[in-house]
Amino acid sequence: MSMLLDTLSWVLLTLGGLSVLVGGIGALRMPDLYTRMHAASVTDSLGAILVLGGIMLQAGWSLATIKLIAILLFLLLTSPTSSNALASAALLAGTRPFAEAGQDEEAPK
Amino acid sequence: MIVIFGIFLLTLLVITAVAIVRTDNLFVAVMLMGIASLLIAANFFLLDAADVALTEAAVGAGISTVLFLGALALTSERERAKSSNRLLSFIVVAAAALILIYATFDKPRFGDPEAPVQTHVAPWYLEKTPEYIDIPNVVTAVLGSFRGYDTLGEVFVVFTAGIGVLFLLSGGKATGAVPEDKINEGLRHHLIPRVVGRVLIPFILLFGLYVQFHGEYGPGGGFQAGAIIAAAIILFALLEGEKRALSVLPERVLLGLMACGPLLYGAVGLAGILLGGNFLDYSVLSSDPVKGQQLGILLIEAGVGITVTGVLLAIFHAFAARGR
Repeated sequence: MSMLLDTLSWVLLTLGGLSVLVGGIGALRMPDLYTRMHAASVTDSLGAILVLGGIMLQAGWSLATIKLIAILLFLLLTSPTSSNALASAALLAGTRPFAEAGQDEEAPK
Repeated sequence: MIVIFGIFLLTLLVITAVAIVRTDNLFVAVMLMGIASLLIAANFFLLDAADVALTEAAVGAGISTVLFLGALALTSERERAKSSNRLLSFIVVAAAALILIYATFDKPRFGDPEAPVQTHVAPWYLEKTPEYIDIPNVVTAVLGSFRGYDTLGEVFVVFTAGIGVLFLLSGGKATGAVPEDKINEGLRHHLIPRVVGRVLIPFILLFGLYVQFHGEYGPGGGFQAGAIIAAAIILFALLEGEKRALSVLPERVLLGLMACGPLLYGAVGLAGILLGGNFLDYSVLSSDPVKGQQLGILLIEAGVGITVTGVLLAIFHAFAARGR
């Protein structure tokens, strides 16, 4: 049983790490601010769920797990909110999405 | 494994530092400084210095970023190009770096049990804390009781810094780039941040109180708690506008809080003298010396927390008022 939990926890941790890595690559490769944020924010939330889930399985039923759940709730509330705030701030500041701006905006790198 | 992770974090720190120096966009520099603080906090945590890590994360990455942004709102976002003598500054920096590198040769190896820091007073603190004070967190015992004078000095440093910043910002005419109604409005029209902020602020305040009063049992204490509580109220000010934040905690109350902390700290010290002990000797505060020590630490930590909250909020409001 503990072997199974350990394996599951490592699978979750690896998947979480991969998800954050994909987000990082996305943030570097995407053409404009909104797509970059999309790449980073979605994978970030998923990565947080997976990594914290993996650590929870390692911690077992203890006070640490309850603290991890609190951290997870906090991250699930704040991370999408900050992405939303950032995107709306960018829109207010006049940054246009790439597809709408057409060819004359900065070219994808 | 831990050493590899530490080297990884320190490498990222060096990269961030280079990026801070190279960018001429001050907004980017402020954000990078927040990242640098978070990296060094992770490094402190790796070295088992959880109290320092918590302080660095709360003050360095949290509050000071907000204060830097407040300062940036009063100036321009770009660094002014300057034509000063680059060669001279390069020589000064290189000489300082060489001296520092030379000085590290005499340092004991990482984790050396014979190092002065491990053999001087640290064993005594670790051995005597359960006997004299009987709290699990030795850091709080050292900070609050054994080295209470140092912490009193730190509280006065925070207090003096707060007064200095208030003097600097209150003089002269305000040159506001942001119209007043915009500041008073906050983010009231932005539904999502506002709703989430409203849900979170009570919990952030609760966490601040937990950090304040749990400092004797785990990482935490007045400095960290003050920064966290100030962060919660700054969040409220950003969401609901300056005016409502100031109606909750008026400027006069903030100035009172600033002065209240050092006064409380000093009063605990004087109470020690009046009850027949030394200045900042808490053992005489109660009939049982151990209980007296715990009571003294609780009181001075409260003083520290009150000062830090008051100073940080007063500085924040001073920046915001300047922008009007």
